[in-house]
Amino acid sequence: MPAAPDDVFKALADPTRRALLERLLHEGGELNVRALTEQAGVSQPMVSKHLNVLKAAGLVQERPEGRVVHYRAEPKGLAPLTDWMRFYAVFWDERMDRLENLLNRMDQ
Amino acid sequence: MMNTASAATTRSVVVERRIPHSQAKVWRALTQGPLLEDWLMSNDFEPRVGHRFTFRMPPMAGWNGVTDCEVLSVEPPDELSYTWNASGEEAANGLKTVVKWTLEPVDGGVLVRMEQSGFREQDQRNFMGAKYGWERNLGELERVVAKLA
Repeated sequence: MPAAPDDVFKALADPTRRALLERLLHEGGELNVRALTEQAGVSQPMVSKHLNVLKAAGLVQERPEGRVVHYRAEPKGLAPLTDWMRFYAVFWDERMDRLENLLNRMDQ
Repeated sequence: MMNTASAATTRSVVVERRIPHSQAKVWRALTQGPLLEDWLMSNDFEPRVGHRFTFRMPPMAGWNGVTDCEVLSVEPPDELSYTWNASGEEAANGLKTVVKWTLEPVDGGVLVRMEQSGFREQDQRNFMGAKYGWERNLGELERVVAKLA
């Protein structure tokens, strides 16, 4: 099942996760957690945690091999960002939040 | 939520929200320029059929941030609609949609419904990423995500 646009936006809202995904996209193939940690500037458990968020958003795929897990970017996961309809589905939902916020601040 | 429109070739985005405020108040928030700017976008909207106006947000990759609009219907206190089209150089091949608001009084408030209709097949691929290759460079993304956050 494809991830909701919200999940994709949230996953990409974090700079460490964006850097990890960008690295995998440029690699064009697989990298394991250790290789990804070397340049991430955060601990290996943090990298694993970020990779799980990216996976849940459909942006990376994993392939376990023995004790090592290999990760690969899933460019199709970026579809919500290449699609006006999905963009506006997120946009209007977020704007409705702002409308409610305004109404709470308005006098009768 | 996304719906398939009955007109076959185009589709709609529908967002509905039950809001615990009076219909009159929501109507004001939808039709008074300064209030609209607070929650939606900078604009020169006037609640008058035939009035042409724009909504503006900062440009982003693949979009100049300007939306060309024309008021189609103003029926206080429950219906408002306008065109929502791409502007400038992007007008020819860009988005051509209609945004329609309906306000229905319900217990304890009003049901606000926004339907943006007229999305075509090409609108589902030719957006920012496809055009600018985000698959390889997420740099622009930061700006866009920041706007949506």
